[in-house]
Parts: sequence; structure tokens; C-alpha cells
Amino acid sequence: MATLEAELAGLDALELSVPPRKSRASRTWTTIWPKLGAIAIALLLWQLIVWSGWKPTYLLPGPVAVFQTLFDHLGDYVSAAAVTLQRAAIGFAVALVTGTLVGALVTKSRILRSAVGSMITGLMTMPSIAWFPAAIILFGLKESAILFVIVIGAAPSIANGFIAGVDNTPPLLVRAARMLGAKGFTAFRLVVLPAALPTYIGGLKQGWAFAWRSLLAGELLVLIAGKESLGRDLDTARQFGDYKAVYATMIVILVIGILVDSLVFGQVERRIRRRYGLVDAAATD
Amino acid sequence: MVQTVKTQALDSAIEGDGSPAISLDAVSKVFGHAGDATHALDRVSLDVARGQFVCLIGASGCGKSTLLNLVAGLDQPTSGTVTVRAKRTSLMFQESALFPWLTASGNIDLALRLDNVPRSDRKDRVHELLELVHLEDFGDKRPHELSGGMRQRTALARALAQQADVLLMDEPFGALDAMTRDLLHDELEALWTRTGLTVLFVTHNVREAVRLGNRVVLLTSRPGRIAQEYPVASGRPRRIDSSQVAELAATITDRLREEVRRHGDPRS
Ligand SMILES: Nc1ncnc2c1ncn2[C@@H]1O[C@H](COP(=O)(O)OP(=O)(O)OP(=O)(O)O)[C@@H](O)[C@H]1O
Ligand SMILES: [Mg+2]
Repeated sequence: MATLEAELAGLDALELSVPPRKSRASRTWTTIWPKLGAIAIALLLWQLIVWSGWKPTYLLPGPVAVFQTLFDHLGDYVSAAAVTLQRAAIGFAVALVTGTLVGALVTKSRILRSAVGSMITGLMTMPSIAWFPAAIILFGLKESAILFVIVIGAAPSIANGFIAGVDNTPPLLVRAARMLGAKGFTAFRLVVLPAALPTYIGGLKQGWAFAWRSLLAGELLVLIAGKESLGRDLDTARQFGDYKAVYATMIVILVIGILVDSLVFGQVERRIRRRYGLVDAAATD
Repeated sequence: MVQTVKTQALDSAIEGDGSPAISLDAVSKVFGHAGDATHALDRVSLDVARGQFVCLIGASGCGKSTLLNLVAGLDQPTSGTVTVRAKRTSLMFQESALFPWLTASGNIDLALRLDNVPRSDRKDRVHELLELVHLEDFGDKRPHELSGGMRQRTALARALAQQADVLLMDEPFGALDAMTRDLLHDELEALWTRTGLTVLFVTHNVREAVRLGNRVVLLTSRPGRIAQEYPVASGRPRRIDSSQVAELAATITDRLREEVRRHGDPRS
């Protein structure tokens, strides 16, 4: 018996051949160099367009001049970004709660599903900028107008992610839960919600993209007196003909959007997908 | 049409009054509607006495999983009655139905948790169950990190965690290598002898059926009907390579071949 078990352990060890793992530094480098390369190419293209003389340099300055402006006024950009990011955080948090609640209600009620289900997708096709006239009429030139548009832009994606996740729970897992004695809300909490998580995170990621876009559109349109923000900076710089500052602000907006998307949502998504075995291990490392 | 599934969870009914743990009375199951209906089961009647080990064999698609689903109460018969007299029924699915977000231990732990086993006892029970299927070193692996056979063994441990008195198993050892399978046959036989569990066991492997069962029930295909039953007389513990097992298995295989051939005949 003992030898049999030893043989069995040997078989099991064979079944799970673990590929050698690369060092952390080399893995980080493998994921980062393509991104650095892409940035280098983009900057080079930009510089080539400037050199081609397509537009005079005061209208289209080169990357060096723009980054010079960015670093000269770094403090201003940081404080403007702080205001914008705070709005983003509040707006996204409200959208998260609203979207999740609506999603949960829709998955639980057949009537709500047929009433609201398709409306949610409809809302997602509405460009956020089209909401601003109504938002300004209803809320005035206030933060709440911006907030409203962020929420209405981001919440449908989040609700949709939740609903799709719940709907796509494999029926086999639901039946397995039933056999284990999980019914009603317990089954929902212990099986359906975890099964829905990867899709839900995808919805959050998309919701963030919508929120960030709506927010900057909002800051350009809804000018709130005395408060510097990225959107406001962009508008002011254009009005005063400070074109280097226009491009510098755009870079800040782009970089923040990308960083939040890849560092926050991308990381969470990757970790969860790996945990659930939804990535091909051979393809990722 | 009659549509009834009775589950008598009365303790009085469970203690040996001689009534079978599972009875199917003229059970039929039709999938789909008039045009393209599949008659998965046709008037199947079967009694499984308490503490009996019954193996169900038959060609692919003859309705074995359908039958287990009906007994498990996951589906309703089109007509006929299914009666299960058990405190608890547990089903081990044909495909791995482990929760991918939980480790092997976590999957077993969830079964215990849903059975209201106190937290303090769960850790030891999980370890015991993992030992039973010889996976004690793999408790912290997630299903996708395990091999197919290991997933089946984890699912077996999870099914056993429920301490059911009726255990339904749908091709539980299909993905195992012969050595691991033999070992698990021994474990399952020992467990069954020790606990007086009632087992309904589906398999494609005739030898496995004869190795494990008190009775082997052969189903025919489309519509699924009971073709023949074979009592298995040889004593326990049995060996899958013993001559008695081989002999009966050969007889059953011949009959199974005959059934399959009948289906290959274009007139049928
Ligand atoms: N949900 C369903 N809807 C329609 N047809 C079904 C359904 N489930 C099973 N069937 C049909 O019923 C028949 C019996 O299926 P079942 O899964 O019970 O076969 P099986 O004996 O378990 O086969 P295998 O040995 O391949 O697992 C098959 O013809 C199948 O196509
Ligand atoms: Mg089957």
C-alpha cells in the first residue's frame, strides 16, 4: 500500500509539471518595454510632423517644448489634476453604487428586466456631451451638473457588467450549488456573485472610461468660478492662445486616464482572471 | 400525465423498514417538443434498496445522466414517479462542477459550510477528505491548476463532504489513470462497507461496474429502457483483474455490443 501511494504521488507530480518562473524584474521588463516603445514611436511621429513644417510651431509645438511647459508648471498641473481626480472619484463611486444596485434589481425582477434591461444599453449609446444642456438647466453651473453626467455615463456600463455576469453564470455551477444545499440568496451570494465577478470588473473598467470622458467634457462646458481643473486649464489655455499649455494639459489627461485604467482596473482584472483560470498560463508569462 | 418527485425525508422512513432508498416507477423523460422530441427515458422502473451499490451502464446518450438528474431532483420526469427516501442526496456530476474561484480545499469547505458544520471542525474535515482522495498536498490549488483526474477526485471529496446517505455518481472516475482508479475503487468500497451508503453509480466501463456493484443495470439507447440486470455474486473486497469480475464483464459486454449493433441497423 505504501509503495502504491508513493507511486501515486509520483503520478500526481508528473501531472502537474510546473514551468520555471522568470524573475520578477525580467517579467516587469517584458511587460513594460512594448509600452515604452510605443510611447517613443508616438513622440517620434509627433516630432516628425513638426519638422515637416505642416503647421507653424506656435500652433503645433514639438514634444520638447511641450514637456518643458509641463515641467515648468508642474505644481499647477498637479493641483488641477487633484481637483479633477477628486470629482472623478466621487462620480465613479456614485456610479458604482447606482449601477450595481440597478444591476442587482434587474437580475432579481423579471418585470424590471423587460422594462429597464434594454434601456440600459440604450443609455450607453447616448454621447455624454448630449446630456450637458439638460444637466445645466437642471443643476446650474455647479459640480452637481458634472457629477450627474458622470453617473449617467458610467452607471449603465457598470449595471450591464453586473447583469451580464449574473446571466452568464454556468448553469452547471448553479446546479452544483443546489446539490450542496445552497438555495435562494445563499446560492446567489456564494456562487452567482463570485461567478459574475470577472464580467462585473470588465463593466467597472468600461464605466471608468465613460466617467473620465464625461468628466472632461463637463469641465470644458461647465465652468465653475475660481476652481482650477484640467478641463478648465485646457479651455483657458486655448482662449489665451497658450498652445503649449493646451498640449501639455492633454498629455496630463491622457496619462491619468491610461494609468488608472491599466494600474487600477487592469491589475484587478488580470489578477481575477488568473485566479479564475480564465487566462492561458502559457500565453501570459 | 403524472409529474411527481417525492422526497421523503422522514427519519422513520429511513430506518430499515425495508422500503427501497430509490424507486423509479415507470419513469419517462422527453426533451423538446413534438417535432424533434428526444425520448431520453422510456418507462424505466428501478428499485435501489437501502445500502445497495447499483451500477448503471449503457451506450453514450442512452439517458444515464438524465436518470441521475431525476433522482437528484434537479429535473422532473415527463411521466411516472421518482421516490427518494433519504436524509440527504449528493450528486457527483459528469463534468467537473468545481467552483473555479475556490481552491480544492475551499470547494470542500463550502460543502461543509452549507451543511452548517462549525468552523472549528471544518479544517480537519477538509484535510481528512483530501486524504481520502490522496490530494492532501494539493488543497491550495485552484481547479484550473489541477489535472482532470485530480479535479474528479476533488469533486468526489466534495460530494462525500455532505455525508449524504444516497450518493449518485456520474462517471466519476472517467479521467483517472488505471492505478489511481484502482486505489479509489478500494477507498469507495471501504467507505461503502463502513457507512452503509446507498450508491447509484454510472459508468461506461463494464469491468468497473462489476468491480463495484451489487447489481449492474444495463440500459438501452433511445429510448432508454432497462435491458437487463445482473446480480454480482462475488465477495468483497474484489479485484478488478479477478477472473470472476472478468467473466461477468465479458457476458455484459457481449450484451452491450448486441444493443449497440441493433442501433447500427438502419431498420431500427
Ligand atoms: N437538456 C436537454 N435537452 C435536450 N435533450 C437532452 C437534454 N439532456 C439530455 N438530452 C438528450 O437525452 C439523451 C440522453 O442524454 P444523457 O445525458 O442522459 O446521456 P448519457 O447516457 O448520460 O450519455 P453519456 O454516457 O454520453 O454521458 C441524449 O440523446 C441527449 O441528447
Ligand atoms: Mg452522461
